[in-house]
Amino acid sequence: MKQQTIGALINEYPFIIDFFQQNRLDVSGHENTTFAAFLAKLGEEELEDKAIDIQNLPGELESYITQMSDFLGIEKTNVVQSLIILPGQDKNGQAEDFEQLEIFPSQIVSIVGPTGSGKSRLLADIEWAAQGDTPTGRSIRINRSVPDSKWRYSPNNKLVAQLSQNMNFVMDISAGEFVKLHAESRMVQNPDEIAKEILESANRLAGEPFSSDTAVTNLSGGQSRALMIADTAILSSSPIVLIDEIENAGIDRRKALELLVSQDKIVLMATHDPLLALMADRRIVIRNGGIHAVLQTTPEEKDLLTDLDKIDAVMQNARQMLRMGDTLRREEIFA
Amino acid sequence: MNLTIVSGPPSSGKTSIILKTIDAFQRRGLSVGVVKFDCLHTDDDLRYKKAGIPVKKGLSGALCPDHFFASNIEDVVEWGKREGLNLLITESAGLCNRCSPYLMGIKGICVIDNLSGINTPKKIGPMLKSADIVVITKGDIVSQAEREVFASRVSTVNPRAMVLHVNGLSGQGAYELSTLLYDETQNLESVQGMKLRFPMPSAMCSYCLGETRIGESFQLGNTKKMVWEEDET
Ligand SMILES: Nc1nc2c(ncn2[C@@H]2O[C@H](COP(=O)(O)OP(=O)(O)OP(=O)(O)O)[C@@H](O)[C@H]2O)c(=O)[nH]1
Ligand SMILES: Nc1ncnc2c1ncn2[C@@H]1O[C@H](COP(=O)(O)OP(=O)(O)O)[C@@H](O)[C@H]1O
Ligand SMILES: [Mg+2]
Ligand SMILES: [Mg+2]
Ligand SMILES: [Zn+2]
Ligand SMILES: [Zn+2]
Repeated sequence: MKQQTIGALINEYPFIIDFFQQNRLDVSGHENTTFAAFLAKLGEEELEDKAIDIQNLPGELESYITQMSDFLGIEKTNVVQSLIILPGQDKNGQAEDFEQLEIFPSQIVSIVGPTGSGKSRLLADIEWAAQGDTPTGRSIRINRSVPDSKWRYSPNNKLVAQLSQNMNFVMDISAGEFVKLHAESRMVQNPDEIAKEILESANRLAGEPFSSDTAVTNLSGGQSRALMIADTAILSSSPIVLIDEIENAGIDRRKALELLVSQDKIVLMATHDPLLALMADRRIVIRNGGIHAVLQTTPEEKDLLTDLDKIDAVMQNARQMLRMGDTLRREEIFA
Repeated sequence: MNLTIVSGPPSSGKTSIILKTIDAFQRRGLSVGVVKFDCLHTDDDLRYKKAGIPVKKGLSGALCPDHFFASNIEDVVEWGKREGLNLLITESAGLCNRCSPYLMGIKGICVIDNLSGINTPKKIGPMLKSADIVVITKGDIVSQAEREVFASRVSTVNPRAMVLHVNGLSGQGAYELSTLLYDETQNLESVQGMKLRFPMPSAMCSYCLGETRIGESFQLGNTKKMVWEEDET
């Protein structure tokens, strides 16, 4: 790598253009020299002015190339086929009473329990791929073995994507540009197509449609949640999606979860919402910091879910009619 | 004693994540102290005091806070030893994008927040570029996509760093960070003779030395002019 010219490197690893840009190095016109030779030619003044560290940069470029090449190869090798949670102890040091909990791709598991009981802590144990080294003493296995440390430390190999409670955007760009920017940072081959797919999916989840030109800062709560969920499902490199008490008004919850699992994600969600909790196949009951029980959603519960869905539809109807300035009438709301 | 040097742009969440991280240490029975470096003013010492944490502050006043840091870190380490700390953390307001306080052989952490905009990693120079660990805060108020884009920009600027997301309000990720900061086998006696990771600019211009008048004839020493190219149309 050290002998190759900058031009040859760019040819082989087009992504390093980004490295040069982010490090404020203008290599244009120097394609025929090596990186070290390029750095050697920079004058004292330029080095000091631009805070360039010639000693370390060549090594950093190498790390960057290795890291990115790894990352680009990831999709194939980083499949998570199984996630296992091994027991630890609750807040009183009492051992958790289950053998192991194994979750496979496309499965949804909900996590329920009072505030402060340890739902977020469980999600954090998974995110950190805990090895008995968190306050709960739990351990995580990926593909039935001790997880590779890359899951913890490498910025591009995050095990977990998290849908946050708040879904504000700070960037002031259009929805289309936003998704494209994300696609580009993930180095996908066809950012335009992916962006289109994400926007279409998002529109299927959102109550009110929006276009790719809508500024992200102008999206309604429901629309931005829809966009985020579609983006995470389709574009996030992480095989596990955590949902920590997501505010879910304005989106089609069922379709949102279906979209996530259709991408072979493992979905875990801490929630107090019965509709979400019952959509899961299993639910973890947390009490006093420990996993108290793992319940299978019963046929009766699944059946109940249909009724709860209807009640929810009634509420949504009423909300919609109020919004439109209508007077509420029984027969229309319960239609 | 262990030493960790924390730096990062103003209001990026340094104090918040240090407080949450110390929480995790206190539960393990380790004593941690903090020294805050700032330029004109800080109330951070009060926040640490309130949490029962031994704290000192140093205000650099007219100097670049990182230069001030370099001249004082030896005494700071002495203080930490007198206090019998297991871990000493320094918090520096990264007010100067050109300088950074990290020392070779001492863990250096840069705290930067998701709200600062995706071009920030490119702008902040050695403070980010030569850190061992980059902590990204305020992930709770941006989307997953923005977190991913931001983190990828950070690792383009500093490919060697470990990148961690920590929430300064809820403390999510702080326990994990704490496991990276303390090494039982490390025992720092002194920082004497240690080297800065990144040289600080040595230049002085007449204004550094108290000049207040504007005009070519008052400008001595290291002055630098903007380049004014006429538009070619
Ligand atoms: N939403 C959110 N706010 C945060 C987070 N971390 C810190 N904050 C808030 O950001 C503000 C600044 O946090 P500080 O911890 O004081 O930041 P700092 O870097 O120590 O600031 P200076 O020392 O003054 O430069 C405070 O209002 C914090 O409550 C976070 O993860 N999420
Ligand atoms: N098994 C445990 N042992 C020790 N502390 C725990 C345990 N489980 C949770 N905690 C702590 O309890 C607090 C509340 O947990 P949290 O996950 O935030 O609750 P929830 O998300 O259910 O409201 C956190 O500080 C967490 O670290
Ligand atoms: Mg919680
Ligand atoms: Mg502070
Ligand atoms: Zn400076
Ligand atoms: Zn000056």
